[in-house]
Order: sequence, then C-alpha cells, then structure tokens
Amino acid sequence: MDIKEIIKPENLVYKRTPLMTDATLSYCPGCGHGTIHRLIMEVVEEMGIQQEIIGIAPVGCAVLAYEFMDVDFTEAAHGRAPAVATGIKRLWPGKFVFTYQGDGDLAAIGTGETIHACNRGENITIFFVNNGIYGMTGGQMAPTTLEGMRSSTTPYGRNSTAMGPPYKITEMIAQLPGTYYVTRQSVHKPGPVRKAKKAIRIALEAQKENKGLSFIEFVSNCNSGWKMTPVDSNIWMEENMFPFYPMGDIKVEGKLVKN
Amino acid sequence: MAKVKGAIVVEVERCKGCQVCMVNCPTDTIGMEEEVNGKGYHYAYMKNPDYCTGCTNCAVVCPDGVITVYRVKQN
Amino acid sequence: MKELALMKGNEAIAEAAIRAGVDGYFGYPITPQSEVMEYLTLQKPEERTGMVILQAESEIASINMLYGAAGTGKKVMTSSSSPGISLMQEGISYIAGAELPCLVVNVVRGGPGLGTIQPSQADYFQATKGGGHGDYHLIVLAPASVQEMADFVDLAFNLAFKYRNPAMILSDGLIGQMMEKVELPPQKERVTTFDQSWVTTGKTDDRERNIITSLNLDPDRQYEHNLKLQEKYKNMEQDVMFERIACDDADFLLVAYGSSARICQKVVEVARGRGKRIGLLRPQTLFPFPTREIAKLSRRVKAIMSVELSAGQMVEDVRLAVKGKVPVYHYGMMGGKIHSPDDVLHAVEEKFMGGF
Repeated sequence: MDIKEIIKPENLVYKRTPLMTDATLSYCPGCGHGTIHRLIMEVVEEMGIQQEIIGIAPVGCAVLAYEFMDVDFTEAAHGRAPAVATGIKRLWPGKFVFTYQGDGDLAAIGTGETIHACNRGENITIFFVNNGIYGMTGGQMAPTTLEGMRSSTTPYGRNSTAMGPPYKITEMIAQLPGTYYVTRQSVHKPGPVRKAKKAIRIALEAQKENKGLSFIEFVSNCNSGWKMTPVDSNIWMEENMFPFYPMGDIKVEGKLVKN
Repeated sequence: MAKVKGAIVVEVERCKGCQVCMVNCPTDTIGMEEEVNGKGYHYAYMKNPDYCTGCTNCAVVCPDGVITVYRVKQN
Repeated sequence: MKELALMKGNEAIAEAAIRAGVDGYFGYPITPQSEVMEYLTLQKPEERTGMVILQAESEIASINMLYGAAGTGKKVMTSSSSPGISLMQEGISYIAGAELPCLVVNVVRGGPGLGTIQPSQADYFQATKGGGHGDYHLIVLAPASVQEMADFVDLAFNLAFKYRNPAMILSDGLIGQMMEKVELPPQKERVTTFDQSWVTTGKTDDRERNIITSLNLDPDRQYEHNLKLQEKYKNMEQDVMFERIACDDADFLLVAYGSSARICQKVVEVARGRGKRIGLLRPQTLFPFPTREIAKLSRRVKAIMSVELSAGQMVEDVRLAVKGKVPVYHYGMMGGKIHSPDDVLHAVEEKFMGGF
C-alpha cells in the first residue's frame, strides 16, 4: 500500500494538539518538558476548558512555558507560583488554575509557598517537574539531586553529609490533609506517557469538583545537565532516579495509598 | 485477516533529532536521516515505512510534538 | 447623613477597603499594622461584600498572592510594616514590571533591621525610588490623618487602575495607631469598571492569550518596555496632590508629610503667633512629588526645611526641586523617636531666624 494512500485526513490518528502554539520549544532535544506541556494541553482540550484555565509559569527552564501553551498565563517569581495561583484561585474559584514548576523552584526556594498552598488545600493543580538539577542556570545541584550525583556545583558528586541528602517533597506534601491527589509519573516511554496523561486528567477533574489540591510530580530527564544523550539520559533516569523517586500514586481521593 | 498499516509525517524543521521516537518504535520503522535540517539536527524519518503500524508510540513520546500519525486497516 | 466613626488609622483603612469594594486582601501580621487584617476578619467582609481575606504564610507569599490576584483585574491589596515591606520588594518589582494595579499599605516603623515598632518615615526612599530591583516607581500616597487613611484607599485604586501601576499608602505607626473621628465613605458595589482587556480570565476564542509577565529576554523589547514605563511615571505628574498651609505670605517654608506634617502644622501655628511667617507644604502624593510647587515656592521664600522622621530622605527631592536657589535644611528624629513641635520650632529658629 502506498504511503500516500495512508496519509489522508480520514486516517489521522495522532496530531499535536492545537493548544500547543506554533512556537518552537526552547527546550533541549529529548527534554521531557515538551511532552508534559503537550499532555496538559491535550487534557485541557479534551475537557474543553481552554477558556477557563490560567497557568502559572515558574522561573527555570519552563520560564517561557506561556510561549508554548495557548492558554492565559501569569509568570511568577522564582518559587512563588503556588502563592500566585492562590491569589488567582481565591478571586476566581470557578476557574482552573495550575502551576508548572521545576525542582529548584518548587522544592528549594519555593518550599514555603508549596507546603502552605498544599496545606490550605487550595483547589489548584501543581505540576512538578523533577529532573534532579537546575537546568536553566547551568546544571547546579538541586534539592532533588541524588546522592553522589554530579552537578556543576557538586563536581565530585553530592555529598549528603555536607550538603544534605535529596528529599522527597511529594511524599511530604502527601501527608498534608489539604492534598487530594498526589502521584509521581514520567514521560520517557509511551506507556508512562499514557499513564501520566490519565493522572493529569484526574487532577483537573478533581479541581473541577473542588476536591482540594492535586500534585503531580514528573520525574524527568535533563540530558544537557546530566551530560548524556537524550536516550542515555532516559535509561540513566530509570536506573538511578526511579529507585529513589518511585513511580505511582501516593495519595488518591484524599487517602494515602503509599507511604 | 485485517492488517494495520501506518505512516508518520515528521515536521522536519521542528525535529531536534533526540532519537526518543526511534528507540520507542516497536517495529523499527524510524531512523535518523543522514542529512540535517536547518538547525543542524539529524531528523527522524521512516527508515522502514512498511513496518509502521500507526501505533502512535513515537508521537506520544516526542518531546517536540513533531510527529503526526496515520493508520488504515487493510483487508 | 454623614456616617461618623471613631477609629484607629489601621481600622479606617480596613473599613474603607470594604467600602471601596475591594475584592481581595492578602496579609501577614506585623506590628504596628496588624489591626488591618484583624479588623477585616472581624467584619466578615465575605458576608458584607464578598471580599476575600487570606492570611498568608509570609509577606513573600502575600505579595505574590497579590500579584496573582491583581492579574485577575480585580481590586486587591495587602498591608504590612517596614520589615515586611522589605520582604515584599521582589514581588512589588514584578508587579510594577508586569504593570498590575493593586494597593500596598506600609505602616512604617523605625529601622533599619528589626528596628523598633515606633513610628518612622525612614522608608521614604524605598517607597518613592522603587524599592526593589529595576527602574520603576509606585504611586505613593501619604495620609496625615485617620480621615485620609480612609479616603486614600479608593483614591489609590483609581490611580492604580488609571496607570496600571501598584500604589502604596505610606503611613506610619503614629497614624496607624491613633484614633480620630472619621467620616466613612459610602459603600461601593464590588464591581470592576476598569479596562479588563489585559486580564487573565482564561483564553477566549476572540483574542490571543493574555500573559502577565515582567520577562522580556530580548533587550530591545525590555528597553521599549522601560521607555513605556518611564513615560507612564512622567504622566503621573498630572495627579500630584499637596496641601498648602499658610504658604501665601511665607518667608520660610516647611515641607513635611504624614505624621510629621501634623507636627509641623502646630509649628506653623505657634510661629505665626510669634509673628514669624512660616508656611507648610504637605505633599499628599510623594510619587508623583510636588516638584513644581516647591520650585515655585522656592522663588519666594528665604529658606526651606524638610521635616521628616528620618535622617533626611525627602529633603533630597526638595533640594532637587529647589535647585540651589535657597538653602534647604533637614530636621527630624529617627528610629521611632518623634520630634515635638517645640523641637521643630527650635530647629527652625536656629536655622531660619538666626540670620534675620
């Protein structure tokens, strides 16, 4: 069968959602940010909520997230996205509000804002991309950098005695009564991508029903920061990140399913 | 028996040549072009077009969303 | 019929906020302004008008809640005192950069550092020169009475929305804590009548997405943005406000704002009783600053004294206005100590009267 016979509008099974803008993503080749952006926009499209959703962009690699997702956006200062989201959501409880934050943003400089927004049970959704490193500023140690892992500020590997160990903020916030749905996902393979998309849907549906705060951590790669090829970085992530940051739901419908 | 045939279209100029689609293709359809695009990346293409089943795995993992997938059932 | 009340300045701000139809307040406790949020929560504004009140986990959080909330195009405010306002400076810079209208109240206390909880005017530089990073200004209003604490809330929002710029009420612990009679403004409906085209409401089909940001990675764009901001600050001059007290025949001019202006008003009274022709110019807006008015008066008076509860901050703006035409002095106590009318009068006589 000729390819031209296949490539016809009636045979279309997958196309990038129009809710992603035409701008070329500013991310490195193979970076999970692009996939996560697209999944969020696919769910927004499927739920038909483009006209009711406002995103909060972080400081970090995703600082320009608003260039790529075709929804209204507010750009927050470093770490402050949950507070910014709180301000919007409190004045517009009927709209959808989400933050999109990296590990330095959410788990270091913005720890206070993260924990208190979770504790208040703000009806927002937090998308947390954990790649174990400060990507945009050049690969420095993040709160999530693994023990022994090299970064530009831990050139001989993270020494937990001197620098403290990596910590799992996702498990921490799952303990707070305000969080409704807490899960950890990845987007490096087709199966995980499909699961991650389901998680995004659950989170935004929960927001629709005012259930409390939903929090999705995506363990993702940073091939530039880790100094690997994109494909190798995904393998390294499976072998090194996943044992410390295990995949799966931590809290479902307000109940802990995993400690 | 019905056979599923697929095809992909790659937006060449948006492809960054990361190869994530290639390693996630279950049928070894995708390869990286020897030539480079305007940005200097070896972009993805159908190396073995006959193998494609239109499973969309490549498209869903593509970080840049550059792959469009088509599928037909053949009798 | 007039609705009169006896209340603290901090309470007057809170009551005026409810009556101005403010949509949201985000705050964090700090002396000497905690009564603002205490009064608000006691009043159940969520029932009175639907106003949202939220106590944040820090001033950093409250200013960022304000940033988010201001992007909804509604009337939102916060209040704090000097150390808390210092913590907010990052957020205020973002708000100014993103051109969001909102109100920040600073009930100033003595510094630097943790300082004292007593009144001070030492945050003048911070309030009028920007405060955070980058080239920007706030609209700064300086109330000198509990009445003005109430009246300036609505005024601040009108100016903030007119220019899409954050406004600050620069008060101090004296005016925040003292009780006075105040005529309360009528209750306004909590509706937004200002331009909403830039607001993040959720992207509708008939427009491009709205983005609230202060980020312009392209220096040409950032340069253009800065030019636009500077043009805006220049335009604000048309909204300058001040009060002239006994200035018409004055030989000597005092310039003072807020609580210091109240003290100076007494100084003028006493000095006039002794036959000394002293006048007082009281800026009600510190940014825009009454530069022209001071320049005008400087052609007629023999000397000027800026009287502030600081080491001399506003005096620099007075000097810029006077351009060396007449001597400009400063007098004022710092760190929470308040000068009395006698202190000021003494300083005035020493400086002004000695040579005549």
